[in-house]
Amino acid sequence: MTDTYTRIANGPLRAAVKALGLPNPVPLRRRPDGDHLSEPVLVLGPGSGADTYAQLLLDNGFEVRRTPTSEKLSAILAFVDEAQGPADLSRTALEIGGALRGLVRCARVVVFSRDGHINPERPEAMDPALNAVRNGALGLMRSLAHEMRSGSTANGIVVSDGVPLDAPSAVSALWFLLSSKSAYVSGQPLHVTTADGAPVTAEAFAGKHLTGRVAVVTGAARGIGAAIAQTLAADGARIVGVDVPQAGDALATTMNRVGGTAVQLDITAQDAGRSIARAVGAPIDILVHNAGITRDKMLANMDAAHWDSVIAVNIDSQLRMNAQLTEAGAWGGTPRVVSLASTSGIAGNRGQTNYAASKAGVIGMVAASAAQLSTQGGTINAVAPGFIETEMTAKMPALTRELARRVSSLQQGGLPVDVAEAIAFLASDGAGGISGDTLRVCGQNMVGA
Amino acid sequence: MSQTPRTQSAPTTSAQQPPVRRAAILGGNRIPFARAHKQYARASNQDMLTSALDGLVARYGLAGHRMGEVAGGAVIKHSRDLNLTREAVLGSALSPETPAFDLGQACATGLETTVSIAQKIRLGQIEAGISAGVDSASDAPITVSEELRSTLLELNRAKTVPQRLKAVAKLRPSDLAPALPSNGEARTGLTMGEHQAITTAEWGIGREEQDELALASHRNLAAAWDRGFFDDLVTPYLGVTRDTNMRADSTLESLAKLSPVFGRGLSAEPTMTAGNSTPLTDGASTVLLSSEDWAAAQGIEPLAYLVDAEAAAVDFVGGHEGLLMAPAYAVPRLLARNGLTFADFDVFEIHEAFASTVLTHLAAWESEEFCRTRLGLDAPLGSIDRAKLNPNGSSLAAGHPFAATGGRIVASVAKHLRETGGTRALVSICAAGGQGLTAIIEA
Repeated sequence: MTDTYTRIANGPLRAAVKALGLPNPVPLRRRPDGDHLSEPVLVLGPGSGADTYAQLLLDNGFEVRRTPTSEKLSAILAFVDEAQGPADLSRTALEIGGALRGLVRCARVVVFSRDGHINPERPEAMDPALNAVRNGALGLMRSLAHEMRSGSTANGIVVSDGVPLDAPSAVSALWFLLSSKSAYVSGQPLHVTTADGAPVTAEAFAGKHLTGRVAVVTGAARGIGAAIAQTLAADGARIVGVDVPQAGDALATTMNRVGGTAVQLDITAQDAGRSIARAVGAPIDILVHNAGITRDKMLANMDAAHWDSVIAVNIDSQLRMNAQLTEAGAWGGTPRVVSLASTSGIAGNRGQTNYAASKAGVIGMVAASAAQLSTQGGTINAVAPGFIETEMTAKMPALTRELARRVSSLQQGGLPVDVAEAIAFLASDGAGGISGDTLRVCGQNMVGA
Repeated sequence: MSQTPRTQSAPTTSAQQPPVRRAAILGGNRIPFARAHKQYARASNQDMLTSALDGLVARYGLAGHRMGEVAGGAVIKHSRDLNLTREAVLGSALSPETPAFDLGQACATGLETTVSIAQKIRLGQIEAGISAGVDSASDAPITVSEELRSTLLELNRAKTVPQRLKAVAKLRPSDLAPALPSNGEARTGLTMGEHQAITTAEWGIGREEQDELALASHRNLAAAWDRGFFDDLVTPYLGVTRDTNMRADSTLESLAKLSPVFGRGLSAEPTMTAGNSTPLTDGASTVLLSSEDWAAAQGIEPLAYLVDAEAAAVDFVGGHEGLLMAPAYAVPRLLARNGLTFADFDVFEIHEAFASTVLTHLAAWESEEFCRTRLGLDAPLGSIDRAKLNPNGSSLAAGHPFAATGGRIVASVAKHLRETGGTRALVSICAAGGQGLTAIIEA
């Protein structure tokens, strides 16, 4: 499903594209054939964190280098977690720079740092120099992501103070970022705020790590929802797909493909949560709020029907469903809720005041729901897709679509499966320490960066 | 009419023959029914049946499962469809190792397939099965004339050129006209509507009460759709999301304006119109049945159980009884065998071939004379509370794709029992050939 330009730029017009300095997107590494890192991983940075992870990588079957090398590399891990002031970034940053030319296609850079969020309850984080370097690490990571070439990405793993650097979720986040599952994630920090979650090996994460889990996916008939169902099923989960009765035939086709169960139901119904709990008839381990609609109009032309329907489907239904499932005691032992936000909800988008309000609402909802879900032993996060190739985006005006594809660091649109992989990661056993967060799956789109 | 005494054998409990089990109705799926030659005009019976099966498979998470057996059928069938149900299974998401068979009992086909699967479950031959029915009035088979057919067969048998020429020489231009299927009775040549018109006149069923029944059917069906009753009973097909024959805005006035279409040659005033008769319809339906153990293992709570069934047939050819009157005979026999009266039922699903069919059945059961002389009963069976009759609409509103009607009724009434907390339902379907099939469904 590579777009036409990417195909041509990697085919007959390769030389011309290079000579003219045109966008040069490459086919990204994706499942099933791209999880094996062919070259060593270079682990950079002073301190115990780098040592710990070097050993962890070895234990998980990776080849590791601890000093700059002229060899080809599949990934670079950089540790700046112990930096105390801005000057401490210099050495590691320059070592990363020196190793970049040795990276293979679709390589990975992962920067480990501590959280620089101002937290009045943690006085040590109020140290200006310390906070400067912690935020500085993110600036380094984001700019580096812009500079990456040939399908390579740079991302950050940001661990809160008081949480071990090798907490289960930090390790799981690393497996996710090193793997092909993070193909379209770049320039993003993953925040690990607790030591919750089960330790997972790289091999287990690559396998059917969701076996035995019951996953409810709303809006599962088509597009991104169908890809989510397929990906979670491939990872071993039992799927219950929900969609409006009008989409029942497509839903049946998707569910039969993944061996799942179809529930025809309008999620805006007042008792949708209770109905879903009843239809599933088993503890719900994973809930993916994917159902969403757009009713684009400039605000000057907006009417109540356009505004209200978007809010009702995209955010109100999620709030009500979460509350009803909690009330009904429908959750499994460590529930994982993942909501679909959007880069429009971060940056705003012309003609989408209603949509952006609903999607920014999702980001606010997950942040505020994390505490409540943690009392159930669970997590709640959002995934914000950027430009994803779907039936919906296929209907965009050609020029707008072409532009939207190229304004990301990866210079191409993502696929529904890229969004699904991020959700499967957040739904995994190891991700128990990540909650209230919003992960962008946008190829580092310039919009809202 | 004398009643032959029945010997009812008790279930045996020997090691070789385990006791009869209960056959649970777990749910169903159908495609929305569509008026003939509209949205499904280019869909074959196999297409529709496959889609209805796939919807059921998705609803109950049965992709790749090997079911005990699938029973299906169609009333109007192409000769190539000898293995219609098996072919649909092969095209569906079920395991290709699922066996299937076709059967036919005209409009009772869909109920007979359900009874058949239920009996296999009750006897322990299978754990779970699917009953189905489908009919397309649009994609009907067109055959060559008898004359052309026999000529072609003779040509095939001919060995020499003179023999071949002799065979061809018999052909007349008129023999080339194709033959369309007709819904006329083979032995009388009368259409079903004309047959019913005779019965309607005999029983003196009035126009207004027929229109009232039709109106109730449309209103009940529309209300059921509006409250989401069909959300887990129907899966859309080819862009159709609701039964297309349904007219939620129907009124007695609009129905009264329609001209009679049947019985116009009779001495009595004709009363049967397009509004109080079922239209030709395309559609397919399925029902999932299983043993209680299988349902529990799948985590599916049964909606109801199919308890018993009784078929009857009448001598309509000799004019002794109306073509569609067989259920009037089947029901009392079914009630007697089960020691039940109308008072024991919470709901009555009487297939609306025509509004007047239902009304003549009701009138017959209320008639002291009919019950005494024809059924051999001491007293009338009694009347049926109209509020308990076809509470979610029936064929007048939904349409009637012949073999698909039984599955529609069984799944809907089973869900209705569960929803309302009712305990027992009576299902009655009349069929061509002077037949009728009736069944008891219990919560």
